[in-house]
Amino acid sequence: MFRVLCARLLQGHQTKPFPIPETALSDRYLGRPVLSDACWTDAEFAAVREQCPTAAIDGKPERVTLDLGRCLFCGQCRQATDKIRFTRDYHLAAKNRNDLVLNAEDNLDCAAAALSEAMQKLFGRSLRLRQVSAGGCNACEADVNVLNTLAWDLGRFGIQFVASPRHADGLLVTGPVTRNMRDALLKTYEAIAAPKLVIAAGTCAVSGGLYRDHQETCGGVDAVLPVNLYIPGCPPHPATTLDGLLRMLGQLE
Amino acid sequence: MTSNTPPSPAPVGATLRNGQTIALNAIPTFSPDTFRTHVITQWQAGARLLCLFIRPEANQKWLTAVLADDTNAQLQVLAANVSAGRYRALTPDVPAAEHFENELAERWQITPEGHPRLQPERLSTAVDLTPERLAGEQLHEVAVGPVHAGIIEPGHFRFQCFGEHVFKLNIALGYQHRGIEARLTGGPDCRTLHYLETAAGDTTIGHSLAYCRAIEALAGITAPPRAAAIRAIMLELERIANHTGDLGAMAGDVAYLPTSSYCGRLRGDFLNLTALFCGNRFGRNLLTPGGVHYDLDDERRRTALTRFQQAFTSTVNAIGLMWNSASVLARFEGCGRLEPADALALGVVGVPARACGLTRDVRCDHPSGVFCFNQLPVSVGSGGDVLARAQVRWLEMQRSRDFLQEVLTTLPSSPLQTRPGRLQPEHLTVTLTEGWRGEICHVASSDHDGKLANYKIIDPSFHNWPALSRVMRDEQISNFPLCNKSFNLSYCGHDL
Repeated sequence: MFRVLCARLLQGHQTKPFPIPETALSDRYLGRPVLSDACWTDAEFAAVREQCPTAAIDGKPERVTLDLGRCLFCGQCRQATDKIRFTRDYHLAAKNRNDLVLNAEDNLDCAAAALSEAMQKLFGRSLRLRQVSAGGCNACEADVNVLNTLAWDLGRFGIQFVASPRHADGLLVTGPVTRNMRDALLKTYEAIAAPKLVIAAGTCAVSGGLYRDHQETCGGVDAVLPVNLYIPGCPPHPATTLDGLLRMLGQLE
Repeated sequence: MTSNTPPSPAPVGATLRNGQTIALNAIPTFSPDTFRTHVITQWQAGARLLCLFIRPEANQKWLTAVLADDTNAQLQVLAANVSAGRYRALTPDVPAAEHFENELAERWQITPEGHPRLQPERLSTAVDLTPERLAGEQLHEVAVGPVHAGIIEPGHFRFQCFGEHVFKLNIALGYQHRGIEARLTGGPDCRTLHYLETAAGDTTIGHSLAYCRAIEALAGITAPPRAAAIRAIMLELERIANHTGDLGAMAGDVAYLPTSSYCGRLRGDFLNLTALFCGNRFGRNLLTPGGVHYDLDDERRRTALTRFQQAFTSTVNAIGLMWNSASVLARFEGCGRLEPADALALGVVGVPARACGLTRDVRCDHPSGVFCFNQLPVSVGSGGDVLARAQVRWLEMQRSRDFLQEVLTTLPSSPLQTRPGRLQPEHLTVTLTEGWRGEICHVASSDHDGKLANYKIIDPSFHNWPALSRVMRDEQISNFPLCNKSFNLSYCGHDL
């Protein structure tokens, strides 16, 4: 027991305040990309399109769009253009899928909006989530799990992951939804009492990501379930996930 | 303890070392029966079966085996034409072939005749338990998954029990199957590296390293020394981060909360160090065929070293608590014991193999890159139980710490990348990497245009899932979570 108390002193208090400043993240962290409004050449546009593994860059050279829901944040596009710049902004979540599509005029700050007042009244101070991995590579799962550690202490915001869908207010889904997991995901959703929420966490869950056009997957959560919150990132930084959840609940503005 | 080192007979296949290439037409081919005899002879003499797969070429299907002779750091490749659609199964004589044969039967509709339990491996999850079912009035089945109680990946477990006593555990996987291997044919393209980075997301460095080395081998280049050193640092950091998480999770499973809470946080500190190097906590976007994308300048190196040492000091303290708790040790000891003979038969790799005394470690047996010069001793345990698997992890972490500190302070100067050119046409390479779970084996072959014709990924979990099933025999069902955690196998790495 004495040893345990000594360890407690040595380990200290490690729970971080939230929100964390962007400077707390690695200087090499790739967060929200910003498109410059300078004109793209056809060749440049074609080169970027060729580099992008998930076809996140779209539109035409006069009006380039970047889909955060597809972006892997690999930064490969920077080898072909200087018109995409990655900031350290980790506020990436959005309520509507369309809000994740950026363009030069409209580099939206943050598109995660709060739930309706009625829903906030139900879930705003206490949210129980059931997590389902549906084809995730275990990076999203690992970085969602991190929120339960004492560094992030998810419980202080009234959010908790629970074991049974019967105890849950909603689902947090990771992965592109593989054909082999589709039924299990739908059954878990059905087992949750209405009204219920669905959160798609990670690029795969948002759009299918790298696996978007594979016949083995359904190409993202919204192909099979209605989604209330999209959290992009491959995987999303724990700060991105927590920020999205708190904005959805109206705890952060 | 015994080790797997009897004198080996002369190799019958084409020989190569980890990361070398051979021309496809230099792979000796045999009739299926002779192939079978050769593989069995080599296996009985102590060779390990790294991979057994079908390499399609034009209208032919080549059953290809990759065997390893660990004492001589030698690999051999041999093949047989099985276009006829059937051959005599290897599994009855080589138990480690069971899941490879399941896989090739499922994907290529080739029948391994005499296979004792032919089941879907990953394309379908419809495993038929009827032939496996035991008879008895008071027997009952417990079905778990695919959706589990925690934030973990999906898999289905079926226990056949008498009260708390488990007679048999059947594991059905495939829920994470997303079609990676098939999509690698025709590459490399802008997606290829990302597929490998997400083959098992918690082993991003391990799998992307094996991939980069395969492309480099086929292109006839090697990564510059500085890049090789950075890669090795990241590989060991990945090991330390995951072992810390695993030890914490094992403590959590026996309700020892101090170690569990501290380790959860400390694992994050090691992941944040990975992000210091490349921006991503899992090591995405760092490796590239030919080298690495990011350098470690002197200031970053100093910061990394200080932060690493702080985190490791706290880890020593957190894990030390567990070793001083008699109740934790009593729960770990004797639980989920894997016998060395079973580990040998199933071809188990990584921590579970070393925990029952087998000296298997790619970094030592088939070294590449920095591991050729900075040798790491193999961390071996005895007992094969949960305690031994925990101890081996802790030993490895300490050795990785020494290695990491040494390489961090003696980083060679060189460019970061050599550009890989076109791949040599019609060649095959085998690359091995000791990931934190164990041996990662990639087998790549190129077509006549220098594109990838076939790419095979073997995650260590592929070898080790049957061992988890094995240790649950005659175990209490309540010990399953602890046994499972002590293996901590990858679902997506198996399902691909």
